[in-house]
Amino acid sequence: MQEHDMSWVRTEMALAQPAPPTERGAYAWVRKNLIGSVGDTILTVLGIAIVVWVLPQIINWAFINAVWTGPDRTVCTTASQGGIQPDGWTGACWAFVNAKFGQFMFGTYPIEERWRPILVAILFVALLVPMLIPRVPRKGLNALLLFVALPIVAFFLLVGGMFGLPHVETPRWGGLLVTLSLSFVGIAVSLPMGIVLALGRRSKMPIIKWLCVVFIETVRGIPLITVLFFASVMLPLFLPEGVSFDKYLRALIGVSLFAAAYMAEVIRGGLQAIPKGQYEGADSLGLGYWQKMGLIVLPQALKLVIPGIVNTFIGMLKDTSLVLIISMFDLLGVVKQNFADPNWATPQTPKSGLIFAAFVFWLLCFGMSRYSMYTERRLDTGYKR
Amino acid sequence: MASQEILRGEPSRGSFINDPRIRSLFFQTLVVILLFSSIWWIVHNVIENLQRLHIASGFGFLKSRAGFDISDTPIAYTSDSTYFRALVVGLLNTIIIAAAGIVLATVVGFLIGIGRLSQNWLIRKICTVYVEIFRNIPPLLVIFFWYSGVLAVLPPPRESIHLPLGSFLNQRGFYLPRAVWGDGSWLIGVALLLAIAMAWFVAQRARQRQRATGQQFPVFWTSVALIVGLPVLAFLLSGMPLTFDFPKQSTFNLTGGFWIKPEFLSLLLALSFYTAAFIAEIVRAGIRGVSKGQTEAAAALGLRSGPILRLVVIPQAMRIVIPPLTSQYLNLTKNSSLAIAIGYPDLTATAGTVLNQTGQAVEGVFIMMIAYLVLSLVTSFVMNIVNARMALVER
Repeated sequence: MQEHDMSWVRTEMALAQPAPPTERGAYAWVRKNLIGSVGDTILTVLGIAIVVWVLPQIINWAFINAVWTGPDRTVCTTASQGGIQPDGWTGACWAFVNAKFGQFMFGTYPIEERWRPILVAILFVALLVPMLIPRVPRKGLNALLLFVALPIVAFFLLVGGMFGLPHVETPRWGGLLVTLSLSFVGIAVSLPMGIVLALGRRSKMPIIKWLCVVFIETVRGIPLITVLFFASVMLPLFLPEGVSFDKYLRALIGVSLFAAAYMAEVIRGGLQAIPKGQYEGADSLGLGYWQKMGLIVLPQALKLVIPGIVNTFIGMLKDTSLVLIISMFDLLGVVKQNFADPNWATPQTPKSGLIFAAFVFWLLCFGMSRYSMYTERRLDTGYKR
Repeated sequence: MASQEILRGEPSRGSFINDPRIRSLFFQTLVVILLFSSIWWIVHNVIENLQRLHIASGFGFLKSRAGFDISDTPIAYTSDSTYFRALVVGLLNTIIIAAAGIVLATVVGFLIGIGRLSQNWLIRKICTVYVEIFRNIPPLLVIFFWYSGVLAVLPPPRESIHLPLGSFLNQRGFYLPRAVWGDGSWLIGVALLLAIAMAWFVAQRARQRQRATGQQFPVFWTSVALIVGLPVLAFLLSGMPLTFDFPKQSTFNLTGGFWIKPEFLSLLLALSFYTAAFIAEIVRAGIRGVSKGQTEAAAALGLRSGPILRLVVIPQAMRIVIPPLTSQYLNLTKNSSLAIAIGYPDLTATAGTVLNQTGQAVEGVFIMMIAYLVLSLVTSFVMNIVNARMALVER
């Protein structure tokens, strides 16, 4: 056998060729994603029809025909309804939102005292932002300030009656202030309650276990409105004569109890995901129950369920809108209350106000869900099997 | 051999304080004592408060006259009926709205969920926008949007919007033609039941034959032919006993036809559109959860895309989908209590009225809780049966 039988041997790798023209560029993308087959083409046409039908209407209504400023209802009504717009006009009445913006944010909180909720909001953002950025150090101190110190400071600032601040009764609170404070305090209370309930549910002591199971499953089985009814009608009956709760506090108790049951289930999921070896390892080190849970199991379990906790928080933020049924005015409640204002009653007012409220809720919830997805990706390092 | 000495002896405990059994007994006794004393305290307070406010207790009030009207009554009810009957009407309304909502939400949710996995970029984006919008706003807001934003600003009855098939839409709701069945229409119902029974029988036989011989039988088309054909045949044979009662415009209102009130319509649309966004995500996760190898293996066996979806992908996806789907159904049932905000007389609304009229808050809230718990239990029981049928049967 001679080595020169083969006439030619390739000694270097072939150079990479660009993909054929049918596989790249805009045309290939369109062919792949829009007109791949007959059915696909029909769907695309249908989709374009929907977009072309809906989008211009929305843009016209919300931007082009919209009224941005104005003193009263005349700017948002047509001539036949007693306004200045031509007949057949439809457009968003952002002037209504503009005029009522202060109320939507603070309810009937006294105007000269509104710097107090604004200050609380600034403090909240100042503490929240470093909490959310993973690289900023001193998370423990930050969490302590955010979840323990801030609520206390906020309580004195918002309620007043001390340090020379005039007292503001909670019935005067309203709007986004109520929505955010209810859900934030709710989460701060329901997280430790949820942890206790979840530990109780996994406890080996039968009585404690069954108490926790009954509480969790009962609360999860009934609507929040029933819990709020319970808190607003039955709690006063439970207390001795003369002792009474503020309505805001009652709503807070209802919302916290409700969220605690859901939180407990989320945390139980985290506890179950921790391998048995961790529990046994802690036992073999001679740690007691609370040391084992506090130092070994819970730090890992809570880290695992951060997305679940954020989801519960999103649900809670959305659910606080139900307090309007026990006649408290959160953001949605204030918006709805203002439909009745004769100064602004137009056919466009309800839609505009509700879309504004929806936008605020959407911004908050969407932001949180995106952040939770980001955390999920960041923490997605261990435990994945 | 000191260690062996210790091992052979009694396990030494420092003191009985460190015995886990005694500790657990102690803590549980403590909890029970605390629980009972607080219950006793609460009961004591409640009794005292009720006496002070002169409120009766017990469920005797259920037999007295309700004295309020209910706008939607699936069963006969007047203001002279009892409180009990009012609550039953409320419960039935809750069941109606929940059932209708579940059906609509499932259909919309599955369509959107499949759309989010479509090959088609545009459809995928439209479905994503839908899901991201509806998932992030409160359901109560969606209800108000439909109720005060859309339906309340429709034209008054005199200028009703005409829709195809003789239906109308105006401020007061949605008017549809109502089917009026004449004599002999029972035959059609019997034919439908017969057709379903026959289709089931055909399916059983076809499965047996395929197992025995490998021959397939077009079960689907046979069933369609049976279920559509037999009732149509019965309809023709019995002399077409069907007329339609069309809504007619009179001076101030529409008369006749089938009237869907705006409260029901906005509640149904809001609940099902809101829940559909969550169901869509569940369906998407379910289908994505079936590994690609399954599809490829099925294709390698020579199955075409229809059977791959029907026989391989969907049965496995359903296993992932059903448990979270159940909890969405439960959520929808619970969210139907938002009806109270727009005045649809569901269980919460009627129980709330009863509670305000009688002042018997404890009994009222208790009835509400029990009713919702039972509804939740029934829904999860049914879904557990479905789940058990779908679950993987392992050898």
